[in-house]
Amino acid sequence: MIRSITQKKPEEEIERLLKRLNRVFIIGCGTCVTLTRTGGEPEVREMKKRLAEKGKLVTGNTVVPVACDNLTREFLSDFGEQIDQADTLLIMTCAFGVQSIARQLKKMVIPALDTLFIGKETSFGTFDEICTQCGTCIIGETGGICPVTNCHKGLVNGPCGGTNHGKCEIDVNKDCVWTLIYNRLNELGRLESMRKYQKPRNHLGEPKPGKIKLTAA
Amino acid sequence: MILVTRVSIKRCIARGCLKNVPNENYNFVLLRFRDYQLNSKRDNHMPTPFKEALESLLKDKVDALNVTDHQSSVMRYPSLGGAMLVKDLGGEVILQMTCRDRNRLALQADLLFASSRGIQNVLCLTGDSVILGDHKEAKSVFDLDSSQLLKTVRTLENGKDLGGNDLDGGVSFCAGAIVTPEADPLEPQLIKFEKKIDAGAEFIQTQAVYDLDKFEEFMDYARQFNAKILAGIILLTSAPMARFMNKNIAGVFVPQELIDEIASAPKGQAIKKGIEITGRMIRRIHEEKMCDGVHIMAIGKEELVPDIMAAAGLL
Repeated sequence: MIRSITQKKPEEEIERLLKRLNRVFIIGCGTCVTLTRTGGEPEVREMKKRLAEKGKLVTGNTVVPVACDNLTREFLSDFGEQIDQADTLLIMTCAFGVQSIARQLKKMVIPALDTLFIGKETSFGTFDEICTQCGTCIIGETGGICPVTNCHKGLVNGPCGGTNHGKCEIDVNKDCVWTLIYNRLNELGRLESMRKYQKPRNHLGEPKPGKIKLTAA
Repeated sequence: MILVTRVSIKRCIARGCLKNVPNENYNFVLLRFRDYQLNSKRDNHMPTPFKEALESLLKDKVDALNVTDHQSSVMRYPSLGGAMLVKDLGGEVILQMTCRDRNRLALQADLLFASSRGIQNVLCLTGDSVILGDHKEAKSVFDLDSSQLLKTVRTLENGKDLGGNDLDGGVSFCAGAIVTPEADPLEPQLIKFEKKIDAGAEFIQTQAVYDLDKFEEFMDYARQFNAKILAGIILLTSAPMARFMNKNIAGVFVPQELIDEIASAPKGQAIKKGIEITGRMIRRIHEEKMCDGVHIMAIGKEELVPDIMAAAGLL
């Protein structure tokens, strides 16, 4: 399943963001951040404890089922008074959740997490980036493996000189995607696909900010 | 477009020195010049040590100098500027250009600029990752890759830019690329190598090679292509340096015998031994006509290049 992968912001940054905001309502999420252990029940409890130690007044806390869903507003309405009393919401969800809540409530929001990438859990406790939503998909020629996402440099014509024993020059724990693509195409008997010159990429898939409006059928 | 040509070294003529050397003429000794930094705030003229180093190295010794482009992603004086300084001193230069820091507009503009200043050799590289350097939080570009940059050179030569617009005047470059003959796995690297040649690479500088028997195997394969191959030779300075490269530099393998040999040098003599080993390798490449030339990388010790050449019997 597609997942939003997050990590906790440094303590000092959260402290800085909460400066002069003494009453805090904490929101976690039951979906991706629960899986990545960055904003589920235990993390929200831990945050509450830490804020109390720092002298903050936690007016309340909750873990919404799916923060990026439009029903979040309804779910949060049960906490009306506690939220009203708070100077800010400290939101332990991905940026989708933070922005959804910001659109739904007239409250200052502070993200407690950084959103790293959209990916999936590939084995227990391991999360890998899968797609960067570049808008011009080329995986039909790379054996279904995306070099735009999984090559550190987004190279589309094969490996750079930094590839080392099938690993990336920036991190021995990261695969060189061009080794993976080579192996896959080799298995499929489609190496000619890798020999094909790929033109410079089209970076105009959908100019930022992305917006699509369905027209009537 | 004004093409200024002030090439004076040896067989260099208008189209760039590398293109015009006949196959049998084994005389490529190239140098990678690194670590030149100009403090532009206080010192906007050419510093004396740089001038002296260049002059002593250029004078009838090497055919051309590589000027690196923020090598290892460490911010330095730009390769275009360094290349112009080499030209000013009457040297032949190979302008290294990476795709790390510039998008296709900037790369094309810099190629036009280089051409207008008489720079005729360009080495097209993808570039190291920004994370490996000293500005780790910088945005990396990689709008093009090395083969696309080579193709861009050829597109400009045909009077068009990548946007399809006609150029007013033309450019002409001798374009090169790199290959890692000992990459692991090797096959994907060779596919890329062939793509670079198809895209227009006329010369190839290799990653450092130490095992010349293995390099010969690579040359048996590479000879079928119409490109000059220059073997990369990094001066070994000590046994720890060799071990460091084996551990940390992708595609570089110093055989144990060479490590033992340099380790056996008496205290303070390792560098002398390194020069001897390097000279011996170059001599063998030369005598056996293994490839079209060598590219000496005396990282941080460029002043030793003439000694290496003497050890190789080339001076």
